[in-house]
Amino acid sequence: MVPAPAYLALSAVLFTLGAVGVLVRRNALIIFMAVELMLNSVNLAFVTFARQHGSIDGQVAVFFVLVVAAVEVVVGLALIVDIFRSRETVDIDDVDLLRG
Amino acid sequence: MITPPAFDLTLVAPELIVFGTALVVLMVDLWLAAERRGVLIAVSLLGLAWAAWMAAVAPDGVSFAGMYVRDALARAGQLLALGVTAAGVLVAPEYLRRGGLDRGEYYVLVLVAGAGAMLMAASRDLLMLFLSLEVLSIPLYILAATARGNPRSQEAGMKYFLLGAFASAFFLYGVALLYGVTGTTRLPDLATAVARLGSSAPAAAGLGLLVIGLGFKAAMVPFHTWAPDVYEGAPFPAAAFMSVVAKVGAFVALLRLFPLTLGALADQWRLLLGVLSAVTMIVGNLAALTQTGYKRLLAYSSIAHTGYMMVGIAIGTPAAVAAVITYLAVYAAMTTGAFAVAIALERGGGEADRIEDYSGLAGRAPLLALATAVFMVSLAGLPPTGGFVAKLGVFAAAVEGGGPGGLALALIGVLTSVISVYYYLRVAYVMYAGEAAGMVRIHASPLVNAVVLLTALVVVQIGILPAAVTAFAQQVGGLLR
Repeated sequence: MVPAPAYLALSAVLFTLGAVGVLVRRNALIIFMAVELMLNSVNLAFVTFARQHGSIDGQVAVFFVLVVAAVEVVVGLALIVDIFRSRETVDIDDVDLLRG
Repeated sequence: MITPPAFDLTLVAPELIVFGTALVVLMVDLWLAAERRGVLIAVSLLGLAWAAWMAAVAPDGVSFAGMYVRDALARAGQLLALGVTAAGVLVAPEYLRRGGLDRGEYYVLVLVAGAGAMLMAASRDLLMLFLSLEVLSIPLYILAATARGNPRSQEAGMKYFLLGAFASAFFLYGVALLYGVTGTTRLPDLATAVARLGSSAPAAAGLGLLVIGLGFKAAMVPFHTWAPDVYEGAPFPAAAFMSVVAKVGAFVALLRLFPLTLGALADQWRLLLGVLSAVTMIVGNLAALTQTGYKRLLAYSSIAHTGYMMVGIAIGTPAAVAAVITYLAVYAAMTTGAFAVAIALERGGGEADRIEDYSGLAGRAPLLALATAVFMVSLAGLPPTGGFVAKLGVFAAAVEGGGPGGLALALIGVLTSVISVYYYLRVAYVMYAGEAAGMVRIHASPLVNAVVLLTALVVVQIGILPAAVTAFAQQVGGLLR
């Protein structure tokens, strides 16, 4: 059996990869995918902890996170598609009317 | 056989009413002719008034297996959220009609976001807090992008969404870590477990991640960079609403989380929050000095006020908690008012978003200019307005209960307030001393005028006779004793 710390380490690695992805990628869609990766790494952590504690709470949390992630997909893709329709690009370096 | 936990629907009546109102508005809008959209505003306001009455009279209690709590803090947060939601509904219609954005969904989104803030105030569980945070945030992303044909609004929506989802992921990872350390997400159990296990790296990291998530919503430095861009790009009524409702939700949650739940472990978070509040006060006020846009000025102003309210949270004494509630009420009134004035103006078919657009306003609309002057004086924290009472309360609590660190925070607060007088009173100055700006038209809508009048009265009332609000706020502080 794979020990729990290994899952937690994987979760931390995935979360870090997601966070780095958000910071270095310039395409809005890829950034959004990186955020989804972060959410799913959290799910892995929740499930692992639930197993460790022998409680169901962490597994239930995963369902809620999945729902929130789905809602974010709906809203996020709508916003990104709207931008693409008017500008033909979703590169965040080209979307820079607001500066201060 | 699994028995579902007992729950009490009367306890969550205020939220249910607001969600129900949102659904009714959504359905009624389908059958309503465009010129009769006033019905939606009436329905929304009736629902909000009913919810406010229920929130005021409903008894205290805990329900939904301990995930939902109604106490003085929940009540304060809910009444504040209902108030700013009503203002968010009232300031919108005239502007939306002018800009060809008049859709019923706008009011639905405002109502749902308001209900999210109410749930944040009543969350007694980290998972519940996360869900409420999302119910509050997701409608705000859409509201920021509500002027769909306008590239600036689209950009504001996308920026807010991407950064907001990023911050939510941090918040959620913090929840997972705390769950891993303690085996629970209920706040009271969490507090006892953390106290029993002592400080550990994962618990500290979890708390830090929660601060990041909530700090983003409250526009705390260094998680504030979205605020000026999003406010600038979002339509004025949406910016007015999000600048207050997100603050109400985030600060009530911070109060619940840190002073109320983890008060016994203050050593672990006080320094972090204190440093963040100092940095937020300094950066917000210095950056506001050079702004020429009205929305960007208010954005940095909202960042600065986040810093002042954070002082109260970092101190965490009963007096400080009460002061934060008073501050939130004053902040909501004066910021909504300052935005509402701008909604009444228009330059060349667009928004009057430059400070010079307010030049000479006193000669053309004396009452509007007077109200703006009141808001600016209050935002700067000068007597005899609510802003003075609010700042005095926070700084006095910091000096009394915060030791040397509290004294330092109060000193930074007073010094940065002095700086803020310059940029706030510059707006008042151009209104009274400048020449009338060409191209700027005044659209006197009765609803917007009512919001300006009411918020100005609240600001002056709290400034002169603060007793009613502070007595209510002290009940919240009393939760700590």
